[in-house]
Amino acid sequence: MESCNCIEPQWPADELLIKYQYISDFFIALAYFSIPLELIYFVKKSAVFPYRWVLVQFGAFIVLCGATHLINLWTFTMHTRTVAIVMTTAKVFTAVVSCATALMLVHIIPDLLSVKTRELFLKNKAAELDREMGLIRTQEETGRHVRMLTHEIRSTLDRHTILKTTLVELGRTLALEECALWMPTRTGLELQLSYTLRQQNPVGYTVPIQLPVISQVFSTNHAVKISPNSPVAKLRPIAGKYVPGEVVAVRVPLLHLSNFQINDWPELSSSTKRYALMVLMLPSDSARQWHVHELELVEVVADQVAVALSHAAILEESMRARDLLMEQNVALDLARREAETAIRARNDFLAVMNHEMRTPMHAIIALASLLQETDLTPEQRLMVETILKSSSLLATLINDVLDLSRLEDGSLQLELGTFNLHSVFREVLNLVKPIVSVKKLLVTLNLAPDVPEYAIGDEKRLMQTILNVVGNAVKFSKEGSITITAFVAKSESLRDTRAPDFFPIPSDNHFYLHVQVKDSGAGISPQDIPKLFTKFAQTQSTKNSGGSGLGLAICKRFVNLMEGNIWIESDGIGKGCTAIFLVKLGIPERLNESKFPFMPKVLATHGQANFPGLKVLVMDENGVSRMVTKGLLVNLGCDVTTVSSGEECLRMVSLEHKVVLMDVCVPGKDGYEIAIRIHEKFTKRHERPLIVALTGNTEVTKDNCMRVGMDGVILKPISLDKMRGVLSDLLEHRVLFEAM
Amino acid sequence: MDLVQLQRQFVDYTTSLFNEGFLDDQFNQLQQLQDESNPDFVVEVVSLFFEDSERHLNELTQSLEQQNIDFKRIDAHVHQLKGSSSSIGAQRVQKECINFRGYCEEKNIEGCRKCLQQVKHEYVLVKNKLETLFKLEQQIIAAGGSI
Repeated sequence: MESCNCIEPQWPADELLIKYQYISDFFIALAYFSIPLELIYFVKKSAVFPYRWVLVQFGAFIVLCGATHLINLWTFTMHTRTVAIVMTTAKVFTAVVSCATALMLVHIIPDLLSVKTRELFLKNKAAELDREMGLIRTQEETGRHVRMLTHEIRSTLDRHTILKTTLVELGRTLALEECALWMPTRTGLELQLSYTLRQQNPVGYTVPIQLPVISQVFSTNHAVKISPNSPVAKLRPIAGKYVPGEVVAVRVPLLHLSNFQINDWPELSSSTKRYALMVLMLPSDSARQWHVHELELVEVVADQVAVALSHAAILEESMRARDLLMEQNVALDLARREAETAIRARNDFLAVMNHEMRTPMHAIIALASLLQETDLTPEQRLMVETILKSSSLLATLINDVLDLSRLEDGSLQLELGTFNLHSVFREVLNLVKPIVSVKKLLVTLNLAPDVPEYAIGDEKRLMQTILNVVGNAVKFSKEGSITITAFVAKSESLRDTRAPDFFPIPSDNHFYLHVQVKDSGAGISPQDIPKLFTKFAQTQSTKNSGGSGLGLAICKRFVNLMEGNIWIESDGIGKGCTAIFLVKLGIPERLNESKFPFMPKVLATHGQANFPGLKVLVMDENGVSRMVTKGLLVNLGCDVTTVSSGEECLRMVSLEHKVVLMDVCVPGKDGYEIAIRIHEKFTKRHERPLIVALTGNTEVTKDNCMRVGMDGVILKPISLDKMRGVLSDLLEHRVLFEAM
Repeated sequence: MDLVQLQRQFVDYTTSLFNEGFLDDQFNQLQQLQDESNPDFVVEVVSLFFEDSERHLNELTQSLEQQNIDFKRIDAHVHQLKGSSSSIGAQRVQKECINFRGYCEEKNIEGCRKCLQQVKHEYVLVKNKLETLFKLEQQIIAAGGSI
């Protein structure tokens, strides 16, 4: 051969082997070139790949290897030196790169391995978390179920609904086959099947409470798995092929109000508590097991049911109490309205009767008094007087009855005022004087010096009381004496054992007046004494003496209103009796006390001119009488002219005279004529003087005077006060007719 | 006698007059009418009463001694006497007058005569009493006191 600078292969080309090598090298080269391409492609795709540099290295290594193998293709046949050099360079580079890569890999592979381990670890962790998530989810489910159950249970306060709902919801949540509730009976010795889920009406059969399985369940507040064969779990008829599901039982405390004793709270022993038993059965043949969370659910539900039941019980009680109260309220209201109606009816009746009774009474009394003044024979006069007396008695009775009913109502109120206490007693004495002198009784009044002259109280009713008591003393004494004693009660005497429930409280503005009326009359037997003050109750003796039986009852009411007390003592029949009463009176202020005694004197001694310059004409035949009347009028400040005869009167009367006082002595005649003539003289009403007849004669009647045009009639004797009153009334009203 | 004793005597005497019925409340009224502007009112009225009454009593005596007794006239006098005595409060005189009038109405001469005697008797009594009273009063005033 020529020197072609070619390299000859060492060995002769073996045709077949070389062919195979040629092909293999070709494919290796192909693969070696495509691998980096793939790598680049996929790395470009993936976002995260930390080892780019390694990839480049690796890529270079592979490319070079590929190149080497590719160039190797040319070395199978004769090839030029260039090819050999290229081949050699390629191999050198490949060697360098591959060594570098190998060295690099020493660093990298442990890293890659650790990534793997981490990945495995993370996967484990993820699995674990998954498991835990599952658990939490289940728990949350359970919680949700419990809340829902509770909500269902607590949404009603009806005990049956509560229990029914519990069973239903539990059955649904836990997909139970059967759920039952056993309640303790009244005796507490047995448990009775009260509610079941599937059966509509439980048969209601019982088991004794002392069963060991029951005791076991009751002893703990956890749900306890029990055997499906225990009597409490035999709820469904078990057909042969069924394998009963697992059964769990839990106690449900039945709380009662009495359980909530704050002191006992930590010491609540299960022996004092009552429990119901809830039995839950899983579906048979399901191979389901009771899971812990399910048991917890059951326990929580049981507690909630207990609370709901106790709430229901409390609510029931309070509803019952409220219903009872409402009933009572209605009844009371009705009673009150009835009472009010009754009182109103009675008041109306009394008012009407009062008015109706007074009208004819008034007519009777008025007409009888008028009748008295006409000409009557002595028998007729006697009859009329009796009529008058009886009718005034009746009028008094009517007043008494009305007073008493008002007193009992409490509608009577005292009319307080300052009054002369001494004069009240004197007045009473004056009023009883007529009867006393007829009966020839001796009445003595002993007013202690410490009894104030003036006091604050209800004068009218005090007088009524004293008069009634004294009147009774007079009525029931046929002979002898009556002593009236009055003094201011001191605090020692106030504590009277005879009146044990009377507690007088002395104070600065008030004093207690003690009045005692002792008589020597018929007396009262001891057993009659309590009846004395009851209205309408009369003893034998009082029945005969007349009277309505109201007097003392009214007195007692008045005395009570005056914050006092009244009682009667007697030594027995025929030994007289003593009536004693205490009343509370006010003490008028010093100022008033000193004012009163002076006032009347002032008027009297200084002849206070009440009617200054009033021109009066006095006509009186009797000189003495004329002088006295003139003296009266002068004392009142009038300007008096006197005449002694009718003619003189007519002559003297003028426009200036405002009043003409004429003495009318003989019935008819002069006086009346003068009056008529005066009328003729003064035709205009406002010019005419007021004509008043003075007479000591009761036969001069109001009608006669009015007929002749007189403006008034006054009975002699006239006191100064009376004259003053008469004149003021006359001038004010222009008419005065004194009741005769 | 000193002033206090005199005054006490006066009070006692007055009280006795009232108690014995010689005088009644009307006399008090008269006393009330007596004041500074009218210091002798009571004395004046009583004096007038004495004059009046004596006149009437004389008339009555004369009338009753007549043959034909004019009861109407007698009645008129008695009426006047009654009026006067009641005006000053001579209670007993007044009462007797009332009785007198009763007999007059019955035209009972004997009764009238007897009554007249009674009236005269009472009148004299009350006159003496009043005079004594006035004397006491004057004594008190003379001694420097007042009623």
